[in-house]
Amino acid sequence: MRLHTRLVALVSGLGVLLGTAGVTVGSAQETRIGGVTGHAAAGKKVYRRYCILCHGPDGDGNGENAQWIDPKPRDFTLGVFKCRSTPTGTLPTDEDLFNAMSRGFVTTNMPPWLPLSRQNRADVVAYIKSFSPKWKTTKAGTPITIPQEPALTIESIRHGRELYQKMECWKCHGAKGHGDGPSAATLTDNRDLPIRPYDFSTGSRFMCGVTNRDLYKIFMTGLDGTPMPSFADDIKPAEGWDLVHFLRTLQPLDTPELAMWRAWLATHAGELKPIGPAGPGQ
Amino acid sequence: MAKGSTRGAGSLRGSWLVSGVVTCACLMAALALSGRGSKAYTAYSLAVHKTKAIPAFARKYGLPCSACHTAWPELNAFGQAFRDRGYQLGNDRDSPIWQNPSYIPVTFRMTPNLHRESATKQAVDAVPGDGTSGLVSKTITQSGFDLSGMDLWTAGTLYKNISFVLLPSSDNTGAFHFEAAFVRFDNLFSNRWVNFKVGKFELDNLISEKRFLFLSGNGGAYQGYHFLPAGDVNDFGLGDNQIGAELSGHSENSYTRYGIALLSSTDGEVNLPTNQGYDAFLTLSHAVDVGSLGVERLGAYAYLGRRPTYFQTSVGTPIPGTGTGNKPFYRIGLAGDFFFGDFELLPFVMHASDDAYLATGTAANVALPPGARDARWNSGFVEAHYYVNPQLVFTGRWETVRMSQQADPTLPSDLGNIDAYSGGIRWYPIMFSRAGLSWHTEVSAVRTRGSAFSATDNVWTTSLFSGLDFDF
Repeated sequence: MRLHTRLVALVSGLGVLLGTAGVTVGSAQETRIGGVTGHAAAGKKVYRRYCILCHGPDGDGNGENAQWIDPKPRDFTLGVFKCRSTPTGTLPTDEDLFNAMSRGFVTTNMPPWLPLSRQNRADVVAYIKSFSPKWKTTKAGTPITIPQEPALTIESIRHGRELYQKMECWKCHGAKGHGDGPSAATLTDNRDLPIRPYDFSTGSRFMCGVTNRDLYKIFMTGLDGTPMPSFADDIKPAEGWDLVHFLRTLQPLDTPELAMWRAWLATHAGELKPIGPAGPGQ
Repeated sequence: MAKGSTRGAGSLRGSWLVSGVVTCACLMAALALSGRGSKAYTAYSLAVHKTKAIPAFARKYGLPCSACHTAWPELNAFGQAFRDRGYQLGNDRDSPIWQNPSYIPVTFRMTPNLHRESATKQAVDAVPGDGTSGLVSKTITQSGFDLSGMDLWTAGTLYKNISFVLLPSSDNTGAFHFEAAFVRFDNLFSNRWVNFKVGKFELDNLISEKRFLFLSGNGGAYQGYHFLPAGDVNDFGLGDNQIGAELSGHSENSYTRYGIALLSSTDGEVNLPTNQGYDAFLTLSHAVDVGSLGVERLGAYAYLGRRPTYFQTSVGTPIPGTGTGNKPFYRIGLAGDFFFGDFELLPFVMHASDDAYLATGTAANVALPPGARDARWNSGFVEAHYYVNPQLVFTGRWETVRMSQQADPTLPSDLGNIDAYSGGIRWYPIMFSRAGLSWHTEVSAVRTRGSAFSATDNVWTTSLFSGLDFDF
């Protein structure tokens, strides 16, 4: 009797232990970001405090406030993310998600969550990854290689302008980068929701960062889930930097690119043909 | 045996539970009963809400209260950064032009409540209504349903990097005053370290009395923020909003912050009631990210002020605004905000000094009483919060004020010393981005050394408070 009850207790205890372990394994999604390990269970708590009203309890972007927000909050269940260091069509790295959350998204309701501790942010990344089954079956993509930025030259800016014409960037972003190209009004995202092209003349930051490298990444990886494609197969890596240099001249910032461009325009403006359907852009 | 063990484990869990409940109950009861039998009339009125939470911002940005507040109205690191940026998220959608035209950034806050106040050793007539019957010591108690004051907040951005706050605030009779009103310019010279505001505002206290989690008559103010020794005529309170200008700055995540303020020597009163003197307030704090524990902040502050000791007179009547014979005072100290996961600890220490003229209420153009000297004291508190979740928080606080030097050397060295204890629970049954509601329950007790009858008496004042704190 005594042995029997001990056996029952032992088996019960093991059952509880295994059950608990099973639960733990099932939900223990982790991220590694720098020296920080993020845990989905802890991330859920943080998510409920900060994110749930927009992204929703199920991560599908249907939170209480989603109806009021434009553009709509990200639907994590699709496993599609705009800002990545990885090729188009692949999952982002943990760092990509971490950086996106820290940086926020300019011209949207997504604020920079930089004041949160790194642990909190890493935990949320782990939890966000639990919303889509993609993360269980697919590995994150390998970050693209970004070549060293060449020295800024007027030739680079001019070539970038040619590419802006040739790759038909103007169709969405407009001839002056105001986001008012002929296709702008027709654009939709992967949820068939209207989406506006980036307006270079008003934004002080880009959607996925502030540096030239961030801008380079945007058109070499594309913004998945939006009409912004990847140009990795269409332009050479070095040409990407030319495009970067030209796009910098469209921003309302005192950039070296803009200063050089203005100086050149002062004496060569007449040589330019307008960007648009008729012109070669140069 | 197995059953026995199981039962034993259950009993053990049960006993822990019972023990925990009993301990909590005893603690609460001890605090509550410390004023048992009291009958005192007290001056506590819950007149004005001292706390700030602005669901107008939650509505503007669609964020839950918990995004900016550990438990509203206390700010968390994200809320602090939002405030430091001039009520801007920094996503190029902060200007009013991006808001729906029907959006008006207005917030109302009030707290219908039931409370009980009590004070021991109060001086009352031996025969009620007979002023000649002599004074006797009695405990006075009052209780009943009541209202708090009301805050009518408007705050927001006027343009990118230009923000405002306007806070008409009433006592519980509906008499309004301007608790805060300022315009703020952010990122001057495109630099987040250069922000400037002018108007009436809360001092940049690391531990804000305006945003804390206590509402009762005794617990609803930090003792150290308002303490003055017996006979002192200084009107300054570290927790009082002041009128002036402030230069401030912060790092990108607001982990490092500073503030330098130049303030009128009026303790926030309008119409320049005293003189043309100015005070200064300096703060500096730095926070570090310590992983899973959270973000830990430590800061220092100094308030250097002067107050007049007498006025020009006309037929013997003081002329407002003509105060002169200014004498100095200061408050300096350290404050912290430390997280251990869901547990938050807020320590605060202060050293204070008032010039002998202020401390003895002596005009500077006459001689000080014999032996008079500067009054000096130290104060401090430790406040603790445990966040069960964003909608439930337990609070506790212990405070102390200790005189280190009486202005009048004949007074007992411990006259005026204070010990205060507060504890409470705030439960937020709903938490959306449109409004807030909290069921707030609190008990608080303050022991002050010295009564009208004896300098060695301990006077206990206690508060029991339960209210519905709503914010729309």
